[in-house]
This record gives sequence, C-alpha cells and structure tokens, in this order.
Amino acid sequence: MTEPLVELRGVTVSFPGVEALQDASIRFFPGEVHALMGQNGAGKSTVVKVLTGVNAPASGEVLLDGESVVLNSPAASRDLGIATVFQDIELGHRLSVAENIMLGNEPRGRFGIDWRALRTSASEQLARLGLADLDPRTRLDALTPPVQQLVAIARAMVGDPRVVLLDEPTSSLEPADVNRLFKVVRQLRDSGVAVVFVSHFLEQVYAISDRITVLRDGRVVGEFATDDIDRAELISKMLGQDFEELQALGSQRRAHQQDPEGPPVLVARDIGRDGEFEATHLELFPGEIVALAGLRGSGRTELARLLTATDRSESGALLVAGRPVTRSGPGAGLRRRLVLSPENRHLGGVIESMSISDNIMLALQANRGWGRPVSRQERQETVEWYIEVLGIGDVRPETLVGTLSGGAQQKVLLARWLATRPRVLVLDEPTKGIDIAAKLAIQKQIAHLADEGMAVVFISSELDEVVRLGDRIVVLKDRRKIGELSNGPGVSVDTVVELIAADDDTA
Amino acid sequence: MSDNGTGPAGFLKEVVRRQYFWGVVAIVLLLLVNLTKDPSYLSIGWNDANGALVGNLVDILRAAAPIMMISIGMCLVIATSGIDLSVGSVMVIAGAVSMQFLAAAPNTFAGAMAALGLALLVSAVVGLVNGILVSVVGLQPFISTLIMMLAGRGIAKVITGGQNTSAVNDSFRWIANGYLFGLPVVFLLALAIVVLVGLLVRRSALGLMIEAIGMDPQAARLAGVNRRGLLLAVYSISGLLSGVAGVFATASVMTVDISRTGYQLEMDAILAVVIGGTSLAGGKFNLTGATVGALLIATLDKTVVFLGVSSSATPAFKAVVIVVLCLIQSDRVRQLLRSRRTTGSRPSRKEAVAA
Repeated sequence: MTEPLVELRGVTVSFPGVEALQDASIRFFPGEVHALMGQNGAGKSTVVKVLTGVNAPASGEVLLDGESVVLNSPAASRDLGIATVFQDIELGHRLSVAENIMLGNEPRGRFGIDWRALRTSASEQLARLGLADLDPRTRLDALTPPVQQLVAIARAMVGDPRVVLLDEPTSSLEPADVNRLFKVVRQLRDSGVAVVFVSHFLEQVYAISDRITVLRDGRVVGEFATDDIDRAELISKMLGQDFEELQALGSQRRAHQQDPEGPPVLVARDIGRDGEFEATHLELFPGEIVALAGLRGSGRTELARLLTATDRSESGALLVAGRPVTRSGPGAGLRRRLVLSPENRHLGGVIESMSISDNIMLALQANRGWGRPVSRQERQETVEWYIEVLGIGDVRPETLVGTLSGGAQQKVLLARWLATRPRVLVLDEPTKGIDIAAKLAIQKQIAHLADEGMAVVFISSELDEVVRLGDRIVVLKDRRKIGELSNGPGVSVDTVVELIAADDDTA
Repeated sequence: MSDNGTGPAGFLKEVVRRQYFWGVVAIVLLLLVNLTKDPSYLSIGWNDANGALVGNLVDILRAAAPIMMISIGMCLVIATSGIDLSVGSVMVIAGAVSMQFLAAAPNTFAGAMAALGLALLVSAVVGLVNGILVSVVGLQPFISTLIMMLAGRGIAKVITGGQNTSAVNDSFRWIANGYLFGLPVVFLLALAIVVLVGLLVRRSALGLMIEAIGMDPQAARLAGVNRRGLLLAVYSISGLLSGVAGVFATASVMTVDISRTGYQLEMDAILAVVIGGTSLAGGKFNLTGATVGALLIATLDKTVVFLGVSSSATPAFKAVVIVVLCLIQSDRVRQLLRSRRTTGSRPSRKEAVAA
C-alpha cells in the first residue's frame, strides 16, 4: 500500500457546547475514492471543513505527504491542492460556463482578461472530464442542476488539485446523471487524485468508493475496505442501537395492516394536468397511509399538488368528504384541510429567520385569516405541545428555526401542518436529508397520525421507507400511476422495483 | 446571570440591543450639540394666546409628523421586501387635491372634512394602484413605485392646472397649526396613527403574515398566506398614510407647492425605516424604530438649520450623520468593537465554555 496523501491525526474540533470531531484519525490515499459515512451530525461535514480550512482543529494535526500543514483558510487549503465541491452548488448563475470554471483564475493579456484564452482553458478543463460537448459560452442557469454540478467539479479541477472533496454531490441528481458524475470521479481517481466522497446514499457509496470511514457522534468508528463490509454491518455501524428500533417500527406497521373502513375522505376522480400528470383515480381513506413510490421525476410531487388542490386539475374532480373542491391554490386546499408539506424544507418550507413559534403557527393563522389572531395562550400551548410531542428538542419557542438541525427543522414544518388539523396530509419527502434518529421519530409520528384517523400520503425516494410505512403503495412512473399494491408480508422493496422495471418491458 | 432580561442590568442590556437604541442616542447627541451652541435650546415656554407650548422641541415634533406618517407606511412595505418610492409624490397629490377642493369650497368645518376625505381617498387609490402593479401585474416594487413617483407630480400638476394653489379654511389649517393639550395637533394625530397601525398590525395576525411574505414568499404562499391581498393592503396603507402626510405638509402653509411638497421625502422615509432596524431585505420590521428614525430625521433637519450649516452643505452633513449611525448599527462593525473589548477577557470566556 502506498503512503496516505492526506492524513488527519488525532484531530479534535469543538464548538461551544459540542465536540464536532473528537480525536479523529483518517487517511486518504491517492488514486482512491474514500467515502465518509455517518448520520447528520456525525462529523462528516466537519472533516470536510477541516480539510478546506474553514474550521481549525483545536488539537491534532493534518498531514500532507507526511508533513504537518496548517490549513487556516480556504485559500491556504486550495494552494496546497485541496479542492472542494460543496453540497449547494456555489456558482454564479448568470455567468457563462467558462466564466464559472475560470473565476479567480482568469488568464490575463495586455488589455485585461484574455477572453479567448479563458474559453480555451475552460474547454480543456471540460474535455478532461469528458464533458467536451458542453459549450463554455452557455449561461449556467440554462443548464440543468446535474450539469451545473459537473461544471462545479470542472471548476474545482482548475489548478490540478491532488485532493478533491465532494460533499453530497449527488443529492439532487437523477440516476443517469449520477452515472455520468461517477464516470468523471473514476477518471479523477485513475489520474491519482485522492477523492473524498460524502453521501447519504448507501448504494452510491458501494458503487464508487474503495474505502469507507464511518463516523458517529464526532468519532471515527472505523475504516473499512468497501469490499469487506456488507450493507447491514455498515448501517449498524452508522446507527448504533437505532437500527433495531427501525426494524421494530416496520413490523408494528405490518401488524396494524387493515382494510380501510367507511367512506373515503378524499376521492380524486380522474385528476390530472397536461404534461404534468396523466389523469388518474385515487381514493384516500381515514386512518391509512398511502405511499407514493417512484423515482424522482416520476410525477410524485405533481400528484401531491393535485391531491391537495395546490394546482388546479384540468380534468375530473376532487371531492373531500363527498363535496367537490372548486377552488385551487395552497390557501384553498388548506381551507378544506388538505395539507401539502413540500419536498424541500428550505424552498417553501420552514422560514429560517422566523421563530419556531411563528413557523408553527403560520399555516393555522393564515387559514383563520388575519382578523382572527390565535390568542397568546392558545399559541403558547400549541407550540409547547408540538415541541414536546414531536421531540423538537430542548428549545425555546422564540428560537430562530435557522439555528436548528435539519431534523428539528423538518419537525417544525410537520408541526406547522399538524396545527391545522389536516384531514389529508401529504408529505413530500419528509425524511430527506435528516439523520436517522429524526427520521425514525417522524416515521413514528406519521404512523401515529394514521392511527388517529388522518389520511396520510407519504412520498419518499427510499423504497424501504415506503414499504415499511405504507398500507397501500401507489407506484408512479413517467408521470402516471402504473399500479397499486396492498402492502403485506409478501411485499418488499424488490416487489416495487420489479413493478417499476416490468412496466418498462411492456412499454 | 442576569442577561436574560431580568433585573435592571438585564433590562439595560436589552435596551442597548434594540436596533433603534442608537437612533435615540443620536437624537440626544444632536440636541446636546445644539445645547452647547445655545444653552436655552431645550427650554420650553407657554404661549397664553393660543394655549400652546413653544420651543425648539415642539418645532421638531411638528416637523416629524409627516415623516412619521410616511415612515410607518414605508416600514410595512419594506417588511414585505418591497419599497415605495412614490410616497413623496402621493403627498403632493393629496395636497393638490385638498387645496384645489378647498379653493372652491366654503370656509367651513364640513368643507375641511370633505377635502380631507377626498385627499385620503385619492391617496389610497394611488397606493392601491401601486399594489396592483406589484402583486397582480408582477412588476418589481422598485419599478412600479418609481413610475408612480414620476407620474405623481405630473398628476398633481394636472389637478391644479400647473398652479401652486392656495386656499383658506380655518378648520383645515388647524390640523397643521393648531394645538391640543399644548402640543401640536399634527404630532398628536401622527402619534395616534402610529399607535393605531401598531395595534392593528401586532394585535391581529397581519404582522406575522407581512413578515412571512417578506422573508419567504413561497413558503408563505404554501402555508396559505394570501400574498396578493396583503400586498394590496400594505401598499394602500402606505398610500393612505402618505396622503395624511401630504395634508399635514400643505395645511401648515395652506398652499401646495407642486415642485417642493414631499420632494425627496421617500429618501427620508427609507432612512427612518433603516435607522429603526428594519432590513431592506424585508422580514422583521419595527414600527417603533421607524418612528424613532423619523424623529431623528426631523431633529437632524432642524439642527442643520439651527447650526447655520450652509444650505449647500446640508445634504453632506445629513449624510455623514446617517453613515455613522448605519456603521454603528452594522453587525460587522459591532462585532469588531465587541471583539476588541473582549480581547482582554478571553481566558475567562474560555473557562466559561469549558465549565
């Protein structure tokens, strides 16, 4: 085995009140893809931040080529050949591809920037990554997010870094784009770069990485060769004891399994929208969880918006408790107590610069109208109730939501919708990007809500979640419903996958 | 520890943390400067003839009234992450409407009320048009109200036929020049309106919703907040309050000056709002702060005149005071000052963290 290119030795990073990283030792080898795995808050991002010079270690050292180096600023880290592609694409959306790639490294001629040389070197960078088909003059915002992500990598490659950090690069990508990205990553690896890959997606980690370091609660649990560790072992290493609880919840739901009783609370009779979702029929019964399974882009979000009257259906009718919903728009849906919790909790979800209390009360208050404010006492009781019931944590109601962890923010958002006492609650990816403990808490809460008689529609990209929670699984593909499964002992992730795949053969 | 707002020390800390605290400090400083020039600057006398307090402070309050009005409206608009550049022009429209009406109307109380009602109605309609341009047509607030700002003075000119119309009406004049409990009626009216708007916004859910659409319009929409209705209301309120300010400004001289009434007052209003701690990015707003800001602007105007700063240097003087104030309020400068102050006591802070 060669010597490690970069090594963290006994690194501790502490913030007031928490030790984000404790005595962590991690080795990154050249020509290898090294995955960092762990729940949110395990310390993955802190490792990235130490290497990019954002957070200085309180103790321990970082070695490059066996020599101790000081990484006290992003510039210092970049100068040492460590490049980063961040989770949120940090590019200029109104600049061209070439400008984005070369920003800060513009070739200069006698009269300022040499634009021709800039475009040429940008093209070279793209060609190196097998992206020669991209026109460097295109404006970035004309590209799809996955391609933007690739441009971000091309940008990181300027200056021939020896270490490339990819922080959740695939969280917004389709499978086809992931493959393209992985091709680029493999090319980097083969050219001797040490690639650090941070991701939540287990399958991707297995597909791309050579070595895995598992972190939990700021400590290194262990370093494994990817071939030597199977999925179950990896998960249990990441989770600690949470794993068994998760399995218990699944079997509870299975036991709960029952046929819907009484009339449906919501009947969607041939609702659809041209180009967004093919007209479809769906009935929701009180007390059941209907899971929408399908890939991203299969029309899950579109169907969710139609079911809650957020978007107007161009055909058919939407009936709540037998009465048609005539108006559409988020407010109209809310008034009939059809609630949609949007997919991205940052976009249209929680308002980060607002307090927990205001965030929770917003939808209820909007529904009541501005002239009928919720009394101070009712407000306080409601907020404290949800903070406790949902386990938002040891927080004060006036705390700003932006200071909370992703999981807690998601719970605040859930509380906002629950406060309106929905008849139908549609949750679009409620567990995306949050740690396993919060995931578990939210899944438990969803199961509990259904037991109390709410009709819940649950959307998730993670099929095991879908199978664990759903009483009924509606399978979507290419913006239409391709089937409905009644969940039961015989149904597994494979059943759903087969259904999606089988549809391909007939098409 | 008493930094949770308990005890007198905590209370003091809480006050200093308020954004508009520095606005108050600036007012006090300006008054002190004036006091050094004329030791009797702050003295207040009693005029038996019209039962009124007289003095520089009273003058400042009177001058602050119209700025308070437009600042309150501006504050609400800015909270929705918009801006209303047309407030000055709405002032002149309101003035033109009332003067033109009074010039033909009899000198009675009823005439004054009719003129007032008409002026306010027209102002609210202009505000509503702003609101429609922003929320229904979907223009940017800056552009919509810029159009109205430019058009407004033209509209006023059309109303008066290009004249600086004067009129006589004692009741109307009393609004601007009269006294109640020894204080100027304009100030009391302005104060009453500030309190009323404050109660309206904070006791109902309007404030929460305005902040929500200012911080994240999409999230607010998905939560069922009626953005369009709110924007219409907020711009109408801003128009209405500008109308009140316009009436205040013209009633004091009973003449509308087409080119000067309300001229560039939108800048004063925006400054007052910013000084009061409301971010131009929208979201959290502070009406008390905007009022303090308005008082500061009025104090500043009076000080400039009192100190005899030449009229050509007036804008520069104003700018300096405001830049200094904004610097003090900026987070970065505050952090700088704080870190310098705490450098000496670093070890003790570390201990506290460790404990």
